[in-house]
Parts: sequence; structure tokens; C-alpha cells
Amino acid sequence: MRSEYLTYTQARPAGRKSGLHVGCGAMEGAMRSDDKVCTETGIESSSRGPGCSLRHFACEQNLLSRPDGSAAFLQGDTSVLAGVYGPAEVKVSKEIFNKATLEVILRPKIGLPGVAEKSRERLIRNTCQAVVLGALHPRTSITVVLQVVSDAGSLLACCLNAACMALVDAGVPMRALFCGVTCALDSDGTLVLDPTAKQEKEARAVLTFALDSVDRKLLMSTTKGLYSDAELQQCLAAAQTASQHVFRFYRESLQRRYSKS
Amino acid sequence: MAAGFKTVEPLEYYRRFLKENCRPDGRELGEFRTTTVNIGSISTADGSALVKLGNTTVICGVKAEFAVPPTDAPDKGYVVPNVDLPPLCSSRFRSGPPGEEAQVASQFIADVIENSQIIQKEDLCISSGKLAWVLYCDLICLDYDGNILDACTFALLAALKNVQLPEVRINEETALAEVNLKKKSYLNIRTHPVATSFAVFDDTLLIVDPTGEEEHLATGTLTVVMDEEGRLSCLHKPGGSGLTGAKLQDCMSRAVTRHKEVKKLMDEVIKSMTPK
Repeated sequence: MRSEYLTYTQARPAGRKSGLHVGCGAMEGAMRSDDKVCTETGIESSSRGPGCSLRHFACEQNLLSRPDGSAAFLQGDTSVLAGVYGPAEVKVSKEIFNKATLEVILRPKIGLPGVAEKSRERLIRNTCQAVVLGALHPRTSITVVLQVVSDAGSLLACCLNAACMALVDAGVPMRALFCGVTCALDSDGTLVLDPTAKQEKEARAVLTFALDSVDRKLLMSTTKGLYSDAELQQCLAAAQTASQHVFRFYRESLQRRYSKS
Repeated sequence: MAAGFKTVEPLEYYRRFLKENCRPDGRELGEFRTTTVNIGSISTADGSALVKLGNTTVICGVKAEFAVPPTDAPDKGYVVPNVDLPPLCSSRFRSGPPGEEAQVASQFIADVIENSQIIQKEDLCISSGKLAWVLYCDLICLDYDGNILDACTFALLAALKNVQLPEVRINEETALAEVNLKKKSYLNIRTHPVATSFAVFDDTLLIVDPTGEEEHLATGTLTVVMDEEGRLSCLHKPGGSGLTGAKLQDCMSRAVTRHKEVKKLMDEVIKSMTPK
């Protein structure tokens, strides 16, 4: 499978780098209600209405040579690099007779991985397990390695998006795509999507969801802080609307990559 | 013959029961297993509780020690939880460093303490910048039969309610702490978070309080932690099949009723202890 991609990219005109991404910044700018780039401060950028104000994001695929698939996903200043190895050989102790064994390794930017990373690895792994068609590759292992390059808020969502793009790049069969969206609720109940690190710190609650591309069902959720049931439903609805932008970005990104022009 | 079928086709065996809206142990889909709690059984700990949810048994012991408060928060103490899943509780755990399951559970309990603000960390400070209490909460599972998170949360809450801290005075001349073991006071527990876990079967059916086998066969799990005012402090859904907003609503209403049941049980137990 991999060789197919290589020959294809060599056929492209010399001006373009092979396997390059789509930096969809311009399109995202049009979708936002205000065009200000300085979302890091978060205070003076005017009304970020719910449902349409995600930060500028970009994705680059096939940038690493060793893994079978790789992707770098950037959301504002948060950036995560993902590599996928698989389907590959699996240790006998870990093999499952009828499915592929999925493993996720998350490395923080500084320091050694700790208990919090283990918890996030489990969340990402279970999300991937729900969409990857492991039954097509029994007794193999699919390993997703995520490296945090920079953290400026919404880290888990960025990790999920990078993992999804890397799995697509590796050609792992999946029944749906998934995306991560983060919502922050501040003390007076205003919803902010894709919060920056400062907004997350000042928020009363931060909710991260992973949504399915087929029917926007909730695949994974993890939350921090106190909130009410009604606020949860509101955040979920806003996340579902925002996920449409992300899925459209995935589609355009892949279309550009494989278009013959 | 049923036992043979169960070994060969466990999922089909379960589906037969679920079609009739019940489970092999006779429970309804929304029914919890018998919950028992025993508070204050460990005399060497400052607070303890033993919780049994059917067969799942978790014991929580809380020890209080002195520590220097963190430099960036000089008027706060610490609450350090640790969940241990020893090989005693189930054949799937080996001895050695904590496995993934134990680490995830520890992180979950730490998140519940942080998010729901059971204790205000400022209450644990004795002298700002110099001395504070640190509460080491050790949760040990003695028998693993599914739904470990609910049992751990309940055990933690009951143990914290049982903790009595002695009065501490800092002597100005010697700058040492003087502990008066005769005068003890309970902790100020602000909220009572209760966890309710669900297992998702075949992408559609939600069952409450899964046993070990049910967890193994399920396609996803969901844990909701709610306090008495209906506020959620944690919605932990680690992957698995997708859920719609409507299904989440059903889970919330079940969590509200579960909270009432648990609170009533705990209040009864504590009331029965006070004549001491």
C-alpha cells in the first residue's frame, strides 16, 4: 500500500513537496464571525459566538519517513505530531485472535509520561478502537504514537485529530472518521469552543468530546470542573456543529492531496 | 447445557437475556447490585470505609500527615489518592508497578476530588506557607467484579466523612507544631459526588452497574459523577460505541436517582455510628 502512495507523489509537479498538507487557514477565516487572529488573549477578541469560532487549523500528512502513516495537526498554537505503525507484528502476550491490537503512546512535550498521560492514552485508544476495523487484521498490532510539540489549549482534541489523520494516512481501514472538539464554560455560563490555554485556566468547566463522522454520535468524553446537565447538552450540540467544520477540513485536505492538478 | 452455551457464545447468551430486559443475575437493566458500606473499621487509619457493590469490594483508608504547602499555593493542603488493584482481586492483574487500569482509576479519582471540590484545600492548611495537612487516600480493591469506579468513589466519600483530624497549634516560641490528640474534629465535606457507571451493548442498549463479565462483553462504558445539586463533575466516556444526546439524558436521570439512594445509605450508616 505504501509504495502506491510513493509513486503517486513522485508524479506531482516539482514545485510541490510530496505528500503536503492543506493549510486551510483562509477557509477557516471566512467561517469565523470575526477575522481577528489574536485569539491568544481571548479577552478583547469580540463575541466568539458558539458553533463557528474554531481557531485556525492546519494539517500536514506523510511528513515522516519511517512510520506507515504520519500527520501533524495544528490548532492555533497547539501542535501534535502523530505516527502510525501498522498493521504490524504483535507480541504473543498481547495478540487478540480475531482483532488487531491497538496501542497508543502519548509523549508530553517535557518530562516523562505520567499517570495523566496513561489516562489520555486510554481515552484515545478506546476512541480509535471504536472506529478502526480491527477484524480485518487479526493478530496484528496497530501503534499510534503521539508527540506533543506545543500546548496552547485544547490539547486532547488536537491529539485526537492528529491520530485520525495519521490513521488515514497509514491506510488503516476505519468505519468512520472522528474528530476532537473542546468546549470551555466560564463562570457566567458562556460557551467558548476550542479554548486557548488561558481560557481553559479561567474557565469553570472544560469539556472535550470525540465525535463520529457518520452521525455525529458521541464517542468519547472527558470533562473537568462542575457544570449542569443542560449545559452539557448545550456544549454537545455546539461541538456537533463545530465538528462539521473539522470533517469538511479533513475531506478537503484529502481531496487536495490526491487531486491530479 | 446453559453453562456450555455461555462458554462457547458468551455474547449470544447475554443477548438472550437482554432481549427479555433482564440480566443473568436476575437484575433489571437499570438496577444496581446490593450496596453495603462499613465505615470506620480500620482503627489505625484516620478514616476508613469498606464498600461492597455486589461482589466488587473496595476498601479506602485515609491517613493524615504534615507537609509544607506548595509554594504557588501557600494556603492549600494536599489530597493524594491512589488506587491499587492487587493480583488478589482478579487474575488479570499481575504484581509489580501499577498497570494501566490502576493508573486510569487513580487519575479518575484525582479528577473527581479536584472537580467536585469535596474538600476545600484551604481547610487543610494549618499555618499559611509553613504547615498543612496532606491526606493520603489509599483505595485497595479486594475483589474485582466490575464497576470499580463507582465503588472507589463511594468508598472515598465515606472514608473522608469518617476522617477526624486532631487540633494543631503552632507554638510561637519553638515554632513546632503541637498536636492535641484528644480534640478531634471532622472534615468539612462540601459536596457528595456519587458515580454511576453504565455499559453500552451493541451500540444501543445501556445497562447500569456492569459486572466483570458484562464489562468484558460491552462495546463501551460511561461513568457520570453527580453531586446533590444535579451538577456534573465528571462525564467519563473512554471511547466505545457512539451515544446520542437523548441517551445521555436517560443516563443523567438514572444518575440522579442513584445519588439519592447512595446518600440515604451513607446517612443511615453515619447516624448509626454517632452514639460512640
